[in-house]
Amino acid sequence: MIEARDLTKQYGDKTAVHDLNFTVRPGIVTGFLGPNGAGKSTTMRMIIGLDAPTSGRVTVNGRQYRDHRAPLREVGAMLEARAIHTGRSARNHLLAMAATTGIGRRRVDEVIDLVGLHEVADRRAGQFSLGMGQRLGIASALLGDPATVMLDEPVNGLDPEGILWIRNLLKQLAAEGRTVFVSSHLMSEMALTADHLIVVGRGTLIRDVPVAEFIASASSNSVRVRTPDPSRLRALLTGEAVSVSSSTEGQLDVTGLSTDEIGLRAAAAGIALLELSPVQASLEQAFMELTADAVEYRTLSSSREEVAA
Amino acid sequence: MSTLANETYEARVVAASEPGVTFSGALSSEWIKFRTLRSSWAVLLAAVVALVAIAGLIGYVTGSKWDGQLDPEDRVASAPLQGLFLAQLLIGVLGVLFVSGEYTTGMIRSTLAAVPRRLPVLWAKGVVYGLVTLSTLIPTTFLAYGVAQLFLSHFGHSTSLSAPTAFRAVLATGIYLALVGLLGSALGWIVRSTPGGISLLVGLLLIVPVLLEVVPGQWAKDISHYLPSAAGASFYSSLQADGALSPGAGLLVLVIWVAVATTVAAFLLKRRDG
Ligand SMILES: Nc1ncnc2c1ncn2[C@@H]1O[C@H](COP(=O)(O)OP(=O)(O)OP(=O)(O)O)[C@@H](O)[C@H]1O
Ligand SMILES: [Mg+2]
Repeated sequence: MIEARDLTKQYGDKTAVHDLNFTVRPGIVTGFLGPNGAGKSTTMRMIIGLDAPTSGRVTVNGRQYRDHRAPLREVGAMLEARAIHTGRSARNHLLAMAATTGIGRRRVDEVIDLVGLHEVADRRAGQFSLGMGQRLGIASALLGDPATVMLDEPVNGLDPEGILWIRNLLKQLAAEGRTVFVSSHLMSEMALTADHLIVVGRGTLIRDVPVAEFIASASSNSVRVRTPDPSRLRALLTGEAVSVSSSTEGQLDVTGLSTDEIGLRAAAAGIALLELSPVQASLEQAFMELTADAVEYRTLSSSREEVAA
Repeated sequence: MSTLANETYEARVVAASEPGVTFSGALSSEWIKFRTLRSSWAVLLAAVVALVAIAGLIGYVTGSKWDGQLDPEDRVASAPLQGLFLAQLLIGVLGVLFVSGEYTTGMIRSTLAAVPRRLPVLWAKGVVYGLVTLSTLIPTTFLAYGVAQLFLSHFGHSTSLSAPTAFRAVLATGIYLALVGLLGSALGWIVRSTPGGISLLVGLLLIVPVLLEVVPGQWAKDISHYLPSAAGASFYSSLQADGALSPGAGLLVLVIWVAVATTVAAFLLKRRDG
């Protein structure tokens, strides 16, 4: 369980995290979503006490991280930036971490096997590929068999097999009753993995919703209809809980009616339909709309489009 | 400890029987970190070789010139330990690296996540590095002394450890080097970068003394005795230079340097974002 209360972090005059309030609950995967620079990594660093909040506080299992007797057994974290000495082997890295908290050699071997680094455990971490580095980061996070696992963009740079592996691992950890908190830029990835979403932009909380609810609200399913007689069809379809709009000549976008209903009504009225197709807004689209105002580093072309629009 | 298949973590409370972070845990972690980097042993070995090889060389040269125009200071027991000028740089740099390496690689984030109270890491690193350097370098200085004796005796000369200042001088050389190592570590914590730490160290040990020498005025000479290198020299030299501190005072001043640098390091470590 992670609880943030009025959590704020400023670097100079730059506010990276602003008055964040959220609770990450056990037993589910909670996705932490936001565009670049939204403050995800900063929040995670504050959770494990690497950065001190400017104001507010964040606790894990009821206490500030550093006040725990055995922090590694409470929270296992993998941060975005590499946190491993490149000159040391994976095994020795884990042994050094484990020694601080009296975690035994057997557990080190266990997590090495768990993440599939058995073959390369005695190689210097500097020679690891991105994926192997991520696996070692996850091994470090699981070292203390913690009830709370926090991973900053674990799928970054992974191949499809690695992504699938992480997805299953996260679900399994949550199924064991752990608190799982994972950041990502990718709504589509979180839709597959997470049960709950915390969306931030420019350091502020935008949404704190179950994934299912987000998807339902996001997919304002509409139907695209093309017809030679748009004005008659529009009059026919418009009604309570139905909205019809038109962006192009001869095309209507209808929300609130299914393709079947539209087709049957048009047939009954003798209106020809040239196209009748459901349009589902993608999750990524919905996410981008949600955070549009909060995007820190937009590309030149997308800001131009916005000016033009 | 092990992951039981149907254990639920939801209500998991870390049992009192499961060990927490202890100072001895931090110590053993730092010892693992030190000994599992190849650079640790390479640099330490270089320092040992420098001390012994240079002692042998000096023993040979002084032995062969003993009856010629040899200055009295070249005849004292500690004279062959000149390798310390190279060794102090190696040991100091290794001290910087032991800390700055964590920052340059990002390892510090793992370290501070494991020990979020932070200061135990600083103390543990100091204890580990101090013990490693003392336990290798004190025997090394005596070995170096012995090797010099071999060469001297080849020419029929010798100095003796039982000479009034000889034993102290040889012992002090090892202690001086260990203290320079700790000074390097403290600088590593303060600047968190390898080039920065090394520059500071070299500046303090080699450049500031030269600068003070060229500055006109007695005050510069007076304070130069309190620099780490000069205070150290008072401590390890058999002969006391003009106006220099006594050996005991030299040691004290050196320890104060290390203590002040370490205190600044501790303050910054506690305060700064990791
Ligand atoms: N140490 C720091 N000093 C100054 N500014 C910082 C620091 N760390 C982060 N920031 C700023 O705070 C903001 C939030 O950064 P953060 O890395 O937390 O975002 P993020 O959501 O993790 O982004 P990304 O998705 O790119 O990883 C950014 O504008 C960043 O430039
Ligand atoms: Mg980030």
